[in-house]
Amino acid sequence: MKLICKGAEANLYLDFWFGFKVVKKIRISKPYRIPELDEYLRSYRTFNEARLLSSARRVGVSTPIVLDVNPSSYTLTMEYIEGVLLRDYMLKADEKILKKHFIKVGEMIGVLHSNGIYHGDLTTSNMFIVNDNVYLIDFGLGGFSREVEAFGVDLHLMRRTLESTHHDLAEQCFSYVVEGYSSSFEDWRRVLKKVEEIRRRGRYVEERRLRK
Amino acid sequence: MIVLGIECTAHTFGCGIVDSDGHVLANVNSEYVPITGGIHPREAARHHSSIAPKVLAEAFKKSDISMDDVDGIAVSLGPGLGPCLRTGATVARALAAYYDKPLIPVNHCVAHIEIAKMICKSLDPLVVYISGGNTIVAAFSSGRYRIFGETLDIALGNCLDVFAREAGLSHPGGPHIERLALKGNRYIQLPYVVKGQDVSFSGLLTAAIRRLKEGYRLEDLCFSLQETAFSMICEVAERALSHTMKHELLLTGGVAANKRLRSMLSKVAELHEATFKPVPLQYARDNGAMIAWTGILGLQFGLILNVEKSYVRPRWRLDSVDIPWFREGFP
Ligand SMILES: Nc1ncnc2c1ncn2[C@@H]1O[C@H](COP(=O)(O)OP(=O)(O)O)[C@@H](O)[C@H]1O
Ligand SMILES: [Mg+2]
Repeated sequence: MKLICKGAEANLYLDFWFGFKVVKKIRISKPYRIPELDEYLRSYRTFNEARLLSSARRVGVSTPIVLDVNPSSYTLTMEYIEGVLLRDYMLKADEKILKKHFIKVGEMIGVLHSNGIYHGDLTTSNMFIVNDNVYLIDFGLGGFSREVEAFGVDLHLMRRTLESTHHDLAEQCFSYVVEGYSSSFEDWRRVLKKVEEIRRRGRYVEERRLRK
Repeated sequence: MIVLGIECTAHTFGCGIVDSDGHVLANVNSEYVPITGGIHPREAARHHSSIAPKVLAEAFKKSDISMDDVDGIAVSLGPGLGPCLRTGATVARALAAYYDKPLIPVNHCVAHIEIAKMICKSLDPLVVYISGGNTIVAAFSSGRYRIFGETLDIALGNCLDVFAREAGLSHPGGPHIERLALKGNRYIQLPYVVKGQDVSFSGLLTAAIRRLKEGYRLEDLCFSLQETAFSMICEVAERALSHTMKHELLLTGGVAANKRLRSMLSKVAELHEATFKPVPLQYARDNGAMIAWTGILGLQFGLILNVEKSYVRPRWRLDSVDIPWFREGFP
């Protein structure tokens, strides 16, 4: 097995599985946390990611096919995707092509949300450009919900990643995401309001509410 | 060059006097401790305005200089609690007008980062800033401190304090929880909520309080609350470190006093071959010196305000402030 990526949370290996080119994602142990928490997080996220990758695919969002999942060895085996990460793609692509891709990204998020799925970690490192299509990966922090809060957080995270890593393009790209999102999710207005609210949250807000 | 800095964003009123070589000539701070419950913004502000003359006088006495030697007056205009901010701004405006000194606006979060860098001799760190009111992971990139992770609801220090209060412990609760956690040995599962690079503590707090009322052992709950919350912080710090590839990890804010948190974050740093630098407590908590030092940096770049434009900014975001004095690879 060839190591292709050493992420913060997992090591990813290229492997062959019954003739398929596959990626094995193995969540690694962290020395800073207690074993109970360490094992729980690694196995839960492995199982959770498999479950969400499949659900997303079923509602028409492109994700790698899940081939095998083994929470007790913290290992997820999925189809290898031949593509370029959106993060790297952004460094050289021109405005018009970016526009197309970000509208697509927005549409995909809208489709997920319409089906009660949130991703939980929408960054440009978790999106692959494959020809004209976009693939979403890394669903370990996602979940099922119908609450505006969960959807708002998803879009808030998307915006914040754009701001912290692609600051010159952030505003423009986020507006394309919104364009796509509003075309595929009926409730988009409420979610966008939530995004603004999440952004404004600040110090001691909760304190006041708790005290009533 | 010498600047007087005034901190007055939440629980602390502080005056610091710092020169442009980074010598802290005085750092006098007075914290408002509520008798019951959490911080009441208006009562805190009342405390600050009544204590201000005394703190100011003591700072000048300690520094052994007079107002004539001061080149500017820096004040933290946000983020923070409105009534407190207005009190600090009023004091600063009055001093600036009366003694005819330039008024330098300072962002409280920027000040935490700048004093941490100066005291720890750090150049370009990833900063983990955790206090009663803020939970932020930030690093410099293209002209500003960018936020790589933050809380989506309450701050970590606030979460600890509120839990402690529910358990009948006195304010501030953080130190009590740390002490009790040492006697805990059973991990009680609590909601662990990391969303992307962000964290959320309100669900954790609610669940911990519920377990407390169900009769779980307080020591075990303190242990579990700390382990869960701190692991969340470590996870987002680690992601940010691997993303930004910075070589230093600075821990600041009042919660930096916690030894368990320090030991966990030092392991995070080690994993990424970064140096771990916890900020000494007198500069990690809210303090006047950090405002003065950031005032020095601002004044050197002519960042002064007309008194009439010096309105407070309760929700002033860290990543909206330009940092012209930052030169990558230079102090
Ligand atoms: N199915 C896949 N096919 C090809 N490369 C992949 C695949 N899944 C992940 N990768 C590569 O590994 C990197 C990390 O994977 P990811 O699932 O996002 O893990 P992490 O949680 O560490 O971010 C991705 O950014 C991508 O470069
Ligand atoms: Mg990823």
